[in-house]
Amino acid sequence: MKRGRLSVDNTVDKTGAVDDFTPVLHVYEPHKAGIPPLLPYVRELWRRREFANESSKASLRSENTLTVFGQLWMVLNPLLLAGVYMLLVTVLQQKNPGMGFFSRLTAGLFSFYFVSNCMMTGAASIVGGGKLLLNTSFPRLLMPFAAVRTSFFRFLPTIPVYLIFHILAGNPWTIGTLCAFAFFAMLILFGLGIAAFFATIQVYFRDATSFLPYFNRIWLYISPVMWLLDQIPEGLRGFVTVNPLFSLIGGYTQCLVEGKVPALSVWVTGATWSVASLILGSLFFISREREFAVRIA
Amino acid sequence: MSSLSASPDPSRIAVKVENLSIIYRTTFERVPTFKNAIVRFGRGERAVSEVSAVDNVSFVVPEGTSLGIIGNNGAGKSTLMRALAGILPPSKGRIEVRGRITPLLALGVGFNNQLSGRENIILGGLASGLSRKEVEAKAELVTDFAGLEEYIDAPMRTYSSGMYSRLAFAVAVNMDPDILMIDEALSAGDATFKTKAAAKMDELRHSARAMFLVTHSLASIKELCNDAIWLHKGKLMMHDTPEKVVTAYQEFVNVGDSAMVLEDL
Repeated sequence: MKRGRLSVDNTVDKTGAVDDFTPVLHVYEPHKAGIPPLLPYVRELWRRREFANESSKASLRSENTLTVFGQLWMVLNPLLLAGVYMLLVTVLQQKNPGMGFFSRLTAGLFSFYFVSNCMMTGAASIVGGGKLLLNTSFPRLLMPFAAVRTSFFRFLPTIPVYLIFHILAGNPWTIGTLCAFAFFAMLILFGLGIAAFFATIQVYFRDATSFLPYFNRIWLYISPVMWLLDQIPEGLRGFVTVNPLFSLIGGYTQCLVEGKVPALSVWVTGATWSVASLILGSLFFISREREFAVRIA
Repeated sequence: MSSLSASPDPSRIAVKVENLSIIYRTTFERVPTFKNAIVRFGRGERAVSEVSAVDNVSFVVPEGTSLGIIGNNGAGKSTLMRALAGILPPSKGRIEVRGRITPLLALGVGFNNQLSGRENIILGGLASGLSRKEVEAKAELVTDFAGLEEYIDAPMRTYSSGMYSRLAFAVAVNMDPDILMIDEALSAGDATFKTKAAAKMDELRHSARAMFLVTHSLASIKELCNDAIWLHKGKLMMHDTPEKVVTAYQEFVNVGDSAMVLEDL
């Protein structure tokens, strides 16, 4: 017999039913290289996507996110933060930056919070998986991906809130506004990779959650949420543009708030970062995931 | 499911384990932290230790077998079961499994105490690859079997330990596995439930392709199994009829035929 990690022999099943994710013959062998055959993995991941949906729904339910006050809190939290930063900027600049600035601040802050939520919930996803992880065999990547779905549903109620400020500030509605969808899609891909990465890190370093809030804060300050590129000193510009969120959130707010289609370079960098994050984050996760059962125990 | 389509045929092999070794690389830190990692690095220590949980074990299980697995705590019984279920990859050797395996007993259920019993059943089922429709039908069946109709939508943190293990048992036996694995859970529930559980086990013994039973109750091994293995510190000590293995094991641990070990837990 050919020595494969997982070979499928359907002849044993008398019904003749071909069933990919519960193959009739499983062969388990040691695998030296960290990454299992990706095609079956991805296929199985897709087949069991319902699990990610359901577990995300369940966690939203258990946090009362779906109740009125739960949703209100999802909005209130970043909104209060936006208020705080607004005050900060007003004090520092000694003048009122105006409604236009406030709408840009909320758009940036809400999208940043989506990414940081992916990071935090993603980090908790595997460590919180306990018994399921120990006793069931399934593509573990479903767990951080479920966390991203949860983060997305926490993000949703902030959209109408932003739209109110959008109207109050008299921001334009153009074709460019629609490009915001494309940038948000990139943010989701980016978030998937981030969630997978931090989920893995958290397994090895359980105290990572104590560093994350600081990391989060710093990341917020170096992202184009409270400033524009031309407000940054010349020498620092190269530094801030390395940040993946520079093009992702920068592009997103440019579309949404200013209604301008971003330059091609912004699209390319954003797309590259999001795809790279998804691929590298997932591969890192997959290469480690078979150790999780041992590490969590 | 396929357990209905094919009755067990002893000439076919259900599970084949060849020279299986499983070596855990694990840390002796209670909780691995970044802080400890730095301290260790400063001292030039390495935290990873290797534990050989299963050591060069081979056996073949034909269809229609109920295999009892006995051994002291830490003998590698649960590790072996997890390897058969595909959760832990072998470090050496090879495992062939023909058929769908249930997630282990104490399984997915109860992984999240904040969620209700029903949500736990559904999530566990979805993770192990059942479709949504199947899983919802199962949830009814399981609830019924476990006799938890009133509590199934309450968070699992409110369950008593008996309710908890009843639910876990109900899930394991109602998922229509080709190959059934039961990890120390005959203790589940009160007398009424035990009778029901025993009847179900008996039924499954005939319909499932193979059954693995890990338990410290030697009487259940004698009663329910037609084959047995004895593991000690990861090594396969003996593979024979349940009577012989139980006798040898009792001599080994020197407890004799006392009621303590024979009693159905």
